[in-house]
Amino acid sequence: MELASAQVIGAGLAAIGVGAAAAGVGYVFGSFLQGALRNPSAAGGQTGTLYIGFAAAELLGLMAFAVAMIILYAR
Amino acid sequence: MAAATKIDPMHQFQIAPIGSETLEASPFLFTNSALWMLIVLGAILVFMWGGFRRQLVPGRWQAAVEGLTGFVDNITRANIGPEGRKYLPWVFTAFIFILAANWMGAMPFAILGAHPFTVTSQFTITGMLSIISFAIVLGVGFWKHGLHFFSLFVPKGTPLALKFIVAPIEFVSFLVRPFSLGLRPFIAMFAGHILLEVFGNFVVQGLNAGGAMGYGVSLLAFVFVIFVAALELLVGAIQAFVFALLTALYINDAVNLH
Repeated sequence: MELASAQVIGAGLAAIGVGAAAAGVGYVFGSFLQGALRNPSAAGGQTGTLYIGFAAAELLGLMAFAVAMIILYAR
Repeated sequence: MAAATKIDPMHQFQIAPIGSETLEASPFLFTNSALWMLIVLGAILVFMWGGFRRQLVPGRWQAAVEGLTGFVDNITRANIGPEGRKYLPWVFTAFIFILAANWMGAMPFAILGAHPFTVTSQFTITGMLSIISFAIVLGVGFWKHGLHFFSLFVPKGTPLALKFIVAPIEFVSFLVRPFSLGLRPFIAMFAGHILLEVFGNFVVQGLNAGGAMGYGVSLLAFVFVIFVAALELLVGAIQAFVFALLTALYINDAVNLH
């Protein structure tokens, strides 16, 4: 296989991780909303925790994206 | 159809002396990174000094500055407790530096002919910020608690049998923290700017190709670039907030050892 085609395939495979992180971010916010709608008065104090969970999930997706880009444009 | 040029999204992250393209092997160079750090510093100074008029009824500018300082003060106070005031200077410094650098890098200065450089898109910068945060955590922890600080790795109420398993896990998790703390703002800026560059190139290449297909792709890419640029502002603010929040949480671990 040529290097260029291998790069494109590898970048595409690495980009799968971005979708997985999207599911993770959606799960974080969805769970927060579920809890927040049941007890709205307690929701305000938990936004910090929410953003920590969001950041942890988002970081992995961004890393997958960066890896895909590095594979795609490395030479 | 014009030959598609290869997109090179890594070029924007290149550090080089002003007016040159390559980094020479000399430690005394005034690079674009240094220049943009100074610009960020200037922007922060102008913003903060504008709010230091100490009017009893704050004007708009003073209200903006007070809102920002109050926001970060709230982060430290909520997470560290009344002692958090002592650590506010560093948390606020890191917060406003990351925020200003992220936003300055996302501004379309290229229209004016300047080459904007996002300072926080280099791991050396964000890595140093996280190392300073951890120097504070370790320094405060050992200063206040001495060798008792190592009990950080053993959560309270752990059964004896579990202690031997939990302690190494906590230790590794503690070691990974500085990396993840510094990696997060860097990766967010890195990924966002690659995305902007790639889709910005799609706009140009679509216009060059011409035809209904070319213009259609160009228009779609242009709309997408606008949304990504807006997202970039949001992500820049969230990353600065998360850095300040996590720094406060880690300092809290050191100050209020369970």
